[in-house]
Amino acid sequence: VTGVAPARVGEVLNRSLHELFDSDPRIVLLGEDIVDPYGGAFGVTRGLSLRHPERVIGTPISEGAIVGVAGGLAMGGDRVIVELMFGDFVTLCFDPIVNFISKSVSMYGRRRPMPVVVRCPVGGNRGYGPTHSQSPQKHLLGVPNLRLYELSALHNPRRIFEEIFDSGDPAVFFEDKVLYTQPATLDAFFLAAPVGEDDNWVRVSVEDGPPDWAIITSGGLVPRALAAVREALVTAEVSAELFVPARLFPLDLEPLLPRLAAARRILVVEDGPAGGGWAGEVARQLYELLWGRLRHPITVLQPECAVIPAAPHLERRLLIQAETIRHTLIGAGRG
Amino acid sequence: MLTNAGRYTTVRAGEPPGDDVSPPGDEDLATLLLIRHFEEALLRLFDRGELTGTTHTCLGQEIVPVALTPLLSPTWVFSNHRGHGHYLAQFRDPAGLLAELTGRAGALCGGMGGSQHLYREGFCSTGVQGEGVPAALGFAMHLRRTGRPGPAVAYIGDGTLGEGVVYESLNLAQLQRAPLVIVVEHNGIAQTTPTSEAMAGTVAGRAAAFGVRHVAVGGIDIAGIRTRLRGSVERVRAGDGPLVIEFRTTRLGPHSKGDDTRDPAELARLRRTDWYPRFAAADPDRFGEHDRRQRRVIDETVREVLSRPFAGGAAR
Repeated sequence: VTGVAPARVGEVLNRSLHELFDSDPRIVLLGEDIVDPYGGAFGVTRGLSLRHPERVIGTPISEGAIVGVAGGLAMGGDRVIVELMFGDFVTLCFDPIVNFISKSVSMYGRRRPMPVVVRCPVGGNRGYGPTHSQSPQKHLLGVPNLRLYELSALHNPRRIFEEIFDSGDPAVFFEDKVLYTQPATLDAFFLAAPVGEDDNWVRVSVEDGPPDWAIITSGGLVPRALAAVREALVTAEVSAELFVPARLFPLDLEPLLPRLAAARRILVVEDGPAGGGWAGEVARQLYELLWGRLRHPITVLQPECAVIPAAPHLERRLLIQAETIRHTLIGAGRG
Repeated sequence: MLTNAGRYTTVRAGEPPGDDVSPPGDEDLATLLLIRHFEEALLRLFDRGELTGTTHTCLGQEIVPVALTPLLSPTWVFSNHRGHGHYLAQFRDPAGLLAELTGRAGALCGGMGGSQHLYREGFCSTGVQGEGVPAALGFAMHLRRTGRPGPAVAYIGDGTLGEGVVYESLNLAQLQRAPLVIVVEHNGIAQTTPTSEAMAGTVAGRAAAFGVRHVAVGGIDIAGIRTRLRGSVERVRAGDGPLVIEFRTTRLGPHSKGDDTRDPAELARLRRTDWYPRFAAADPDRFGEHDRRQRRVIDETVREVLSRPFAGGAAR
């Protein structure tokens, strides 16, 4: 609509939370500074405490207790959303997530639903320094019963929350902070379409033919990857298409296999530090699934294993940027 | 007296050993003896190699859940690694529990959880120190919001007071005026470390720091303990916020098995404070009758459960 600014990802997330609260009286929200008028450090919970004061619980600075409390609420029958102010602080609630909430789903010899979503604002490029900029996904990867999801402009957050709650499994929902203020709509240069039946994977492409590169990435890396795809095409005629999941774990690569097999090369990009992680797990599974059909080794792009600097120029140099991805796409040539 | 009793300012309720204390009513006495014989049977099964892994018996501490369970019911209990007594006092289900511990058919949790991870409607235990406290708080907050009766109860030991999440939870519980009862089973020792070497200050002081009500009880006079606590528990139900019950008690057995480093003379002294010989001496006939009956119940339970096929991982 002319004259109206396009919705931002943070606004869509906020609207999704409102819709969930309006439609489901079991939903409870816990977190620090989430109460209005502040509405959370990034404004994502704005308006919720005014509309649902009995179900929005502002807490002290006590991440371990908050997530433990979420487990108790879930055991009682509530559906719980926890906002951590920064995803870096998920280290403070590792025990209740890993040993209580996730295990309780199956360690008692029966399926015991534990509908808890821990929302984690993550990622850098904001100059917040070593303890407020990380992408800690890998620390929670491969925990029995624990699902991992990523916020993106390509997926409807409300549907993700509903999928999690309907599953009965707990989840961690990673939200790259830079997305909050970015448009929730895709540049008209690209086409986006779901792959497979469950809307988990979205394919973003420019044209239909087999590309030089198939890129698999998630969350806040998507805008950077798309900028790189556009530049690689315009400046070097290197073509690429992007595959973006909402759900990082459990990982289901099957729907992508025909397209991946047709691509000349495969690139997996993650913003968490090198030395294990989601991208490596994606590559490991693809080697098994596509063995004999791969024309080149799979390329994994991650920041080196280093502390994230506070100074913006140093931080930019460490983390994966659009230029990092573009260099990779162009550097390999057309072979 | 506990070796470190002089360090505490809280009153140790109850009576010194040697006083004449009549055994409690038949039902309570039967439950006490059921737990005692169950736990002793476990140690024998370990010696015979018929129980594996680990187990933490509550020998000497049976009074705590037997005194508190009727007072706190209806409730949801969040128990801990030393939770057999809590479970048996609430459900009197030695067969389901033993089947869980031995991985046999009919196991409470299909053999998945074992000694430290038990679950049944109204009961849940976990094996990580302090983990159950915020969970119990969350359950209490759920009970209050939905108007269901409470309170929620977390059992911890004095050793658990080393965990930071306990204090995060006390703070939040008081802010929320949550219907939560935290029972500190203060047995004066954490695995092998005396409380005096692990805890500065007092339990009462910890509760007071958060404005949380605290009551200290101890001894073996079950009726007296309930009388002392009844009003405080009613206030939790009435919305006056959480309560810490500091229950002075005695761990007679090892932390798990074969890991007791205490002086034998000290253990002998603790055994003289135990409810079992004192109730036996006070009312030999009634006690003896109950004792024989519960011993038989446990012996038969052991025989019957060990004859079952192995559990398949799904709860009964």
